[in-house]
Amino acid sequence: MAELSFTKEELDEVERLKAKFPTNKAATLRVLWLAQEKYGHVKPDVQNLVADTLELPRSHVHGVASFYTQYYKEEMGKFVIDVCTCLSCQVCGGYDMLHHFEEKLGIEAGETTEDGMFTVKEAECLGACGYAPMLQITNGVYVNNLTEEKIDKVIDNLRNGNMPEFESMVMRQNEKRKKAVSE
Amino acid sequence: MIEDWKSYEPVIIPDIPNLHKIDVYEDNGGYKALRDILGNQDKWSRGEVTNEVKAANIRGRGGAGFNAGLKWSFMPEPDDRPRYLACNGDESEPGTFKDRSIFEFNPHLFIEGAIIAGYAMSIDTIYVYIRGEYIDWIDILEGAVQEAYDKGYLGENILDTDFDIDFEVTYGAGAYICGEETGMLESIEGKRGYPRIKPPFPAQKGLWGNPTTINNIETLANVPLVINNGAEWYRSIGAEGHNGPVLYGISGNVNKPGVYEYPAGMSVMTLINEVAGGMRGGKELKALIPGGTSTPVLRADQLDGVTMDANSLNDAGSMMGTAGMVVMDEDTDMVDLLWRITHFFHHESCGQCTPCRDGTGWLEKLMLKIKNGDGEIKDLDLLLDVTTQMEGRTICALADAAAWPVRHTINRFRDEFEARCKKSVHAVA
Ligand SMILES: Cc1cc2nc3c(=O)[nH]c(=O)nc-3n(C[C@H](O)[C@H](O)[C@H](O)COP(=O)(O)O)c2cc1C
Ligand code: SF4
Ligand code: FES
Repeated sequence: MAELSFTKEELDEVERLKAKFPTNKAATLRVLWLAQEKYGHVKPDVQNLVADTLELPRSHVHGVASFYTQYYKEEMGKFVIDVCTCLSCQVCGGYDMLHHFEEKLGIEAGETTEDGMFTVKEAECLGACGYAPMLQITNGVYVNNLTEEKIDKVIDNLRNGNMPEFESMVMRQNEKRKKAVSE
Repeated sequence: MIEDWKSYEPVIIPDIPNLHKIDVYEDNGGYKALRDILGNQDKWSRGEVTNEVKAANIRGRGGAGFNAGLKWSFMPEPDDRPRYLACNGDESEPGTFKDRSIFEFNPHLFIEGAIIAGYAMSIDTIYVYIRGEYIDWIDILEGAVQEAYDKGYLGENILDTDFDIDFEVTYGAGAYICGEETGMLESIEGKRGYPRIKPPFPAQKGLWGNPTTINNIETLANVPLVINNGAEWYRSIGAEGHNGPVLYGISGNVNKPGVYEYPAGMSVMTLINEVAGGMRGGKELKALIPGGTSTPVLRADQLDGVTMDANSLNDAGSMMGTAGMVVMDEDTDMVDLLWRITHFFHHESCGQCTPCRDGTGWLEKLMLKIKNGDGEIKDLDLLLDVTTQMEGRTICALADAAAWPVRHTINRFRDEFEARCKKSVHAVA
């Protein structure tokens, strides 16, 4: 396998991230994110790249990468679907949504489809409890108020390369805002 | 009890389109509090700002409800060390989803509040730590911070005074424990989010060993309101002893879930039946978790006359927490619910302390057994016994937060748990 490396531009970004903090070490999480965006995961060789770039012990970066759940320590599907089954989502049918994914894609939570398109996971509360049940796609956009029909559409759209759009959840008290958003 | 809630106009997230843009925020009185302070530092000395905020009694919105101004006053006198404010936007307590509304709809109110806090405590750098899952909201906040720099509210010589402050946004990568304040400090320092043993407290030794104060995002968003309208005005909103506007995050089996802004001390039943549109499908209310997973569940028959403030909730047998209210209807299976809660805490325990690491593991294992119909009555008592072994013996409060829901859910729904257990084969002596 070819030696991993950051481009000049990425190294500039590393410098920008380092400048936020008084120590190099503090940039660890941010540079791991940068690496994951580039490679799609942070397997050990990617962790080593981060450690060497920041001139930190590899063991430190390994410890950090393994502590945080959003870092992918193995290769994932093209789309990683995190279905929340925690408290409010559980109460509002989160497990039904997860099972619908499992049936529809023929995999179990934690697995990846054979074509490498989808990984489905069970997630802890994602901070969208009022819009339950909900999911997040590849550490990015949230899809709220799930139904089986909505899930079917999301899957079809993703297969066609269409990512759902960011959805603004305006407070119901804010009538003027709601109007402005819908216009 | 708040009688006139229907005429209440939100002030944390007012009904103003595009308020996240700095021009709109300024047109609506934004950054006036900061201008007033910096323009009249004789009136608004650093100590006076702290005193006003202390008098307002802004109770921390991150869960513990501690008076923000009082916390600020714990910072030592400035010396040659850098001083930090760390703003907690980790928002990972299940049932809680309100701080992200501030990032999205009124980020400058929070930024202004943080700058004022920074002035009051002679802070050099403000860090905002947000959960990594909120990447879309992180982008919004970063845009707002850039606007504030461009307009001269951040950086050097703010508003042409000799006041300087830096503001850095950073984020995590998925770990509930990074919401615990010292776990968050470790994470900002680029490490695993292992909570620290206290003392020393962050005001003495926080970020990189320097004086640091930690506040929740919503807590800080209240600060400009206090400066503009005075502590007395702020104290007049809501309940005695627990006052001010509150972002109630209402979720679960109601018709109109979402974030609502009303005074502290709202009647629980009003929030469920009128504000949130009542129970979905006309079902019966069964239970309420008033302020995030860690706060003890209350049965419907315990909710008569209860209001959303520390005193009333304590009397009822629970806590205000984050005001993330999870409403459950008659179909909710309390055994399944509690199993899922124990799974959460076991998953999120950082593993530093044996009573927490092993205790949360035991709780989950026993609950799984009961959920699957393999439990016995004696397992319920074992569960309660495990909770007493966990409490007050650990570095941080996660172990307590895991123990409370187990104890209270079993005690308050004991019949339901016993019904899931195998009948004892021994005759009752
Ligand atoms: C396990 C655990 C998780 C916590 N998570 C959060 C959180 O996500 N957000 C938050 O603001 N406070 C959280 N807290 C509370 C913080 O430790 C701290 O009290 C709070 O941020 C202080 O701000 P405040 O005084 O303005 O509320 C958590 C505490 C514990 C023990
Ligand atoms: S109580 Fe639990 S989460 Fe907190 S430090 Fe100890 S092991 Fe970690
Ligand atoms: S419980 Fe699912 S987003 Fe909070």
